[in-house]
Amino acid sequence: MADKNAILAGLAEIVEEETGLETEEVKLEKSFTEDLDIDSISMMTIVVNAEEKFDVKIPDEEVKNLATVGDAVNYIANAQG
Amino acid sequence: MSRRLVITGLGATTPIGGDVPSLWDNALTGTAGAKTLEHEWVEEYQLPVTFAAEASHEPAETLSRPETRRMDRSTQFGMVAARQAWADAGLDQVELDPERVAVSFATGIGGVWTLLDSWDTLRNKGPRRVLPMTVPMLMPNGAAAAISLDLGAHAGARTAVSACASGVESLIMAMDLLHNGDAEVVVAGGTEAAIHPLPMAAFANMQALSRRNDDPGAASRPYDVDRDGFVMGEGAGSLVIETEEHAKARGATIYAELAGGGITSDAYHITAPDIEGAGATRALRKAMASADAGVEEISHVNAHATSTPVGDIPEYTAMKAAFGSHLENICVSATKSQTGHLLGAAGAVESVLTVKALADRKAPVTINLENQDSEIPLDVVSGSPRDLGSKDQVGICSSFGFGGHNAVVAFRTA
Repeated sequence: MADKNAILAGLAEIVEEETGLETEEVKLEKSFTEDLDIDSISMMTIVVNAEEKFDVKIPDEEVKNLATVGDAVNYIANAQG
Repeated sequence: MSRRLVITGLGATTPIGGDVPSLWDNALTGTAGAKTLEHEWVEEYQLPVTFAAEASHEPAETLSRPETRRMDRSTQFGMVAARQAWADAGLDQVELDPERVAVSFATGIGGVWTLLDSWDTLRNKGPRRVLPMTVPMLMPNGAAAAISLDLGAHAGARTAVSACASGVESLIMAMDLLHNGDAEVVVAGGTEAAIHPLPMAAFANMQALSRRNDDPGAASRPYDVDRDGFVMGEGAGSLVIETEEHAKARGATIYAELAGGGITSDAYHITAPDIEGAGATRALRKAMASADAGVEEISHVNAHATSTPVGDIPEYTAMKAAFGSHLENICVSATKSQTGHLLGAAGAVESVLTVKALADRKAPVTINLENQDSEIPLDVVSGSPRDLGSKDQVGICSSFGFGGHNAVVAFRTA
């Protein structure tokens, strides 16, 4: 089982790199669009970087279902198996 | 509608200074911006030219990390210079109607680093890894667009693309916007970041670049008999241009008047300059006519003078034709001797220097002039800056680009 805390920490680094938001602000319950103000292009950049970092595939049609940071962490954890 | 246009703000990030005060100080004393490149790719690709004039300050020193990531290096330089000019004009302190503010920001090549890095990513890692921001980062209008977004300019964001004439063309495009009544304030300028192995190899193969690898600081030597090509530079220059009415109403400090401009095309050869300098002559005459300037008013020219064996002579021929016997009373500065050639940013940085020269009544120096070419008997400012005297006068900045683009602007003391 993948370590969700490690995924959250890694994802927070990717988000920080792309947006400048502090890693502490990237919490499981935060919405990418509403809370973190991440636009669709930044979201795709984050997804592409997450695929590389966590060695998973996140199909484009799945991205719209990743509303919160927690959704993304769960998706990545499941994809890693 | 013909209105007086004035320069109220200046910004620059260059190989000899990351802002206008340091650029100006260094330009007066004479500073060589070119150095041996310390990038792995120079060795990796066995480039025939191993030096260039890189910016003295990295844009990341003033931009945020996300800004740096989402902008090509060329847009980064443009943003740094435009913000400086905006603040210098005091526009960060006043309420402006955004629909009366426009941007005119040029580049010669645009986001060449982004384009080629993305190509490497595609080939090495596949299409999924190509960043979604690739297109807005590589597009030549990227700098103009990013600056308009940053400053909230709603009256248009234009991009002149005319190789090494781009920077001056951006000022003339700004004049058109202001004379047409489309805006009251235009943030103009030019930017370039093309010190990349591909353009370096291509320019070298054209025999356009100096090969003085053993002495980079002496390589850019306009008008010297031993000149052997230009030196690649990078950076950006920016000028805030306003209608005089608007500037005076808000009590702005005025550096100089942007009195006139002229654009012509050679229709002669895609890269070689017309030997007779006919297109350049016409551009000089157009600029003087549009500035309503008599030839005797002209005191100073910041010349294009790239230091190529073939380029410097036709520019002299053109000046001789346009200024006649008054040419002997005009002092000429070839500041690419210091900054290298900033391609699409050259005319913008050199316009900043021309405006400073008129405002401070001092012409900057030309370095590396040891044996002046007898075919170019100009009064070249070298050794120490030239005092321009206190009377009202006109200064000219010329830029010429591959494709036969000629662009000239005329500034008048305020």
